[in-house]
Amino acid sequence: MTAQPQGAEDRLRRLTTIWSRAVFPVTSTSLTRAEFEEQLLPLARRLSEALRAGRFDAAEGEAVGAALVEAHCTAPEALSRSLDCLDAYLVLYCGEGGDQEALRARCSRLQHAMAAGFARALRRRTLAEQEAIAQAALRAQGVVAQALHASEARFRAVFEGAAIGIGIADLEGNVLQYNGALLRMFGSEQNLRGRNVREWAHPEDAPHIWRLYEELVRGERDHYRVEKAFSRPDGTVLWTNLTVSLLRDADGTPQYQLALMEDTTERRLLHLRLRYEATHDALTGLPNRTLFFERLDKALNAGEGHRFGLCYLDLDGFKTINDSLGHAAGDRLLVEVADRLQSCVTAPGEMVARLGGDEFVALTTAADSRRQVEDLALRIMNALGTPIRIDGRELTVRGSIGVVEGAVGERSAAEVLRSADITMYRAKSAGGNRFERADPEADARVITRHGLTTALPAALDRGEFFIEYQPLVHLGDGSVRGAEALVRWLHPQHGVLGPDRFIPLAEHTGLIVPLGRWVLEQSVRQAREWRERHGGDTAAPLRINVNLSPCQLRHPGLVQDTVEILEHEGVAPDALCLEVTESALIGAEDEVLEPLHRLAEMGVDIALDDFGTGYSNLANLRRLPVSALKLDRSFTQSMQRFPADPVDLKIVEGIVALAHSLDLAVTVEGVETGAQAEQLRILGCDTAQGWYYARPGPPERLHELALADATG
Amino acid sequence: MERPPWAPRSIDISVPSVARIYDYYLGGSHNFEVDRQAARRAMEFLPGLPKIMQANRAFMRRAVRFALAEGITQFLDIGSGIPTFGNVHEVAQGASPGSRVVYVDHDPVAVTHSQAVLARNEDADVVAADLRKPREILASPQVQRLLDLNRPVALLLVAILHFVDDSDDPQGAVAELRDALAPGSLLILTHASYEGIPLPQERRLGAVDVYHDIRNPLIMRTREEIARFFEGYDMVEPGLVPMALWRPETAPEDEDPYAFAGFAGVGRLGAARAKAGRHHAAGAAGTQVPCTRRNGRGA
Repeated sequence: MTAQPQGAEDRLRRLTTIWSRAVFPVTSTSLTRAEFEEQLLPLARRLSEALRAGRFDAAEGEAVGAALVEAHCTAPEALSRSLDCLDAYLVLYCGEGGDQEALRARCSRLQHAMAAGFARALRRRTLAEQEAIAQAALRAQGVVAQALHASEARFRAVFEGAAIGIGIADLEGNVLQYNGALLRMFGSEQNLRGRNVREWAHPEDAPHIWRLYEELVRGERDHYRVEKAFSRPDGTVLWTNLTVSLLRDADGTPQYQLALMEDTTERRLLHLRLRYEATHDALTGLPNRTLFFERLDKALNAGEGHRFGLCYLDLDGFKTINDSLGHAAGDRLLVEVADRLQSCVTAPGEMVARLGGDEFVALTTAADSRRQVEDLALRIMNALGTPIRIDGRELTVRGSIGVVEGAVGERSAAEVLRSADITMYRAKSAGGNRFERADPEADARVITRHGLTTALPAALDRGEFFIEYQPLVHLGDGSVRGAEALVRWLHPQHGVLGPDRFIPLAEHTGLIVPLGRWVLEQSVRQAREWRERHGGDTAAPLRINVNLSPCQLRHPGLVQDTVEILEHEGVAPDALCLEVTESALIGAEDEVLEPLHRLAEMGVDIALDDFGTGYSNLANLRRLPVSALKLDRSFTQSMQRFPADPVDLKIVEGIVALAHSLDLAVTVEGVETGAQAEQLRILGCDTAQGWYYARPGPPERLHELALADATG
Repeated sequence: MERPPWAPRSIDISVPSVARIYDYYLGGSHNFEVDRQAARRAMEFLPGLPKIMQANRAFMRRAVRFALAEGITQFLDIGSGIPTFGNVHEVAQGASPGSRVVYVDHDPVAVTHSQAVLARNEDADVVAADLRKPREILASPQVQRLLDLNRPVALLLVAILHFVDDSDDPQGAVAELRDALAPGSLLILTHASYEGIPLPQERRLGAVDVYHDIRNPLIMRTREEIARFFEGYDMVEPGLVPMALWRPETAPEDEDPYAFAGFAGVGRLGAARAKAGRHHAAGAAGTQVPCTRRNGRGA
């Protein structure tokens, strides 16, 4: 039957299926079981043929064993299950019709051969794979080593070529490695090789430097950055910006310390130089204003119990030297003065500085500053005593010194210097070539004066000024003839201030012009009111005396302003008397007198005030457009006593005679007693004013006096 | 000079390697005693580990064949390990000569071994790179030379994502690869999971601990978490399933119970999704994305 070979093939298939079922679970193949079975089929056929071959060939069994390994049946179970399967089924399915005994023996030998083949192939494969993986590991290590080498070479180049100094030390501080830049900074190897970081303490080290270091090596800090100095073997100092970092291993355990150093020596020198230039005077090399204020601030903040002393020096007449000999000579003089001053400050805590121009200042913070500062002032005066030789000339240099001494903590540096400045000016106005001690009252006066000066303009705008009137009484009949207008300032802080406190300030600032005009307006208006109220009752109308300052005298609008005010109020010019001080007119040019002449021509009276205080050029009286003299109060003061000094009486009598001979009326001021008044009347004075009659007061008072006089 | 601490580490073959352990499970001898010790320790907890690996290989083989049937002849296998047998290039080039395969692994020994295996194979190569840095993979000369990213590619992430911790953003890496692929590309993926392992929880945890000890922590994820890696892909039938159930060629009841551990799936990149990714594909294939604009193509 044709089914015969089909039957054999079918049996072979069945054997293969059993075999694959047994082995598949222990293989590592990624094939499906069906695919795997297809792989086993030729092996089963080979075994089947070897079983029935005429001569036994062990190689066939060995080849099948090797093929199993080839099919990834590498597990020992794959072999044992295969052998079990073949032992049970090979002869059964493939040995049909043969000698069963012989077939069994052949099958057994085939199994032995298969086991040997499997073992040999597995051994070969295992060795080959071990070889392959070892080779792969070696190659991979080679690749990594190469990469590491390249990386190390790169880092080595970075390390060596870095412009910044790099050093590595262990945690005990032993220097392990350093680069060229660090070596160049340190100057020589001896300072680096085998050294310990802790040996690099330097006197300039801030205390926290070594605290940070300890924290880092203990692993409590990962990095720090400080400014640090190192001593070089040649004795010079290396200044660095130092950054130290802690290097940890992969597990985070601290291993090394890495230091990066930037050489800042040059920069530091430059900085010091710039700092020196910023704090020293280029001409004399002395500390300048900036440094002086730094020191003064420091001294003034030294804490309780400390004192300080300060000499503020200004050369007398330096401007003259500068102007006559030139600035170059002036500069040389200042340099010499600076040198001499420098030699005066030798004690610790003393310094001298140039504040600018010819102003110098010496500071002492010695414990006994009270005595020290005066010694210092004397030393300075002495040092300036020897003439200075400039361009072959012997120049005598003198100076005025303001001395301030006191406990610290009470005043600011600016206040101290202001006091010294004020005191120095006091020394200067006392004639110079001397020193004065600061005096709080004198300071206060100057300071108040300054305050008043700045407050003046606003005071006028705010109407803080008012006028009081002091009656002028006719000595012959005791009648009130008029009044002198006296301006007052009702200061918000200082109360009522008299003209002596602020008129000089107003003169100085020019505010006197608007202020004077205001006084004139008010006074003329007042004169008109008096005239309206009792003009007809008295024989002569009340006149008003208004003071004219030297500044107003020179003001071009004087005549026009006066005329306008008189016209505006409708007051006749002869109701007004302008009082001008003697000193303002003595030696005055004709242009200055011209406006007075014009006013006098219009009918305004001009009185010469404070007569007798200055250099009274009697001859000059003739060319002045005055119609009255006001005798200074110093003449009347002696007449308060009884009997009066006969010489004084003679003088007054002479003046009155002279005045009358020039057709001038005479008014006396400061009359305080009846005896005085009587005396002056006998001497021939025309009118008088003073406390005996009335103090200056509001305009109503004058009205009352005039009425009393008229009815009395 | 002592080795500075900042220098890269050398290869330490005294540390077990995931790739060599895998080889051991598959009956190979490409491994050292440390690998075998670790493998045996894990097997004390999960005796079926070799079966799981085998199921992975079997799935990969079926998936590669599926890709070939889809007409795809380009393969990018990331986490390829030591190519013992039944590799992508064997399966692909066996069925479709000329198929191109790029293997990627970050184990230097696995890479040099692959280089030896592929020495005479002009259509396959290996890249030493890390899944966590997809840009390096895509920009590698091997990928540039062998793969045309303007045409569909089969991307294999077989038994690798469970070695990437969430802190390393595996989701982002997978998305970046996706955005570099052309429409029609396939994602072939398997992932370990506690789901389906026929053992009590403590035994499973023991195996995970072994991997943790060898500094290759095994990150078990749920099916839901694994499905998220397919974002942007349309799942191919039967979806994300136990490995043995993905288009089986053998009756599942014949399979070892361990073959049902973990999940496997294949996704196909749709046209709409890939359109958004075209830019990246062009950028990865040629120059960097910003350069494209500089070249004037964008302006």
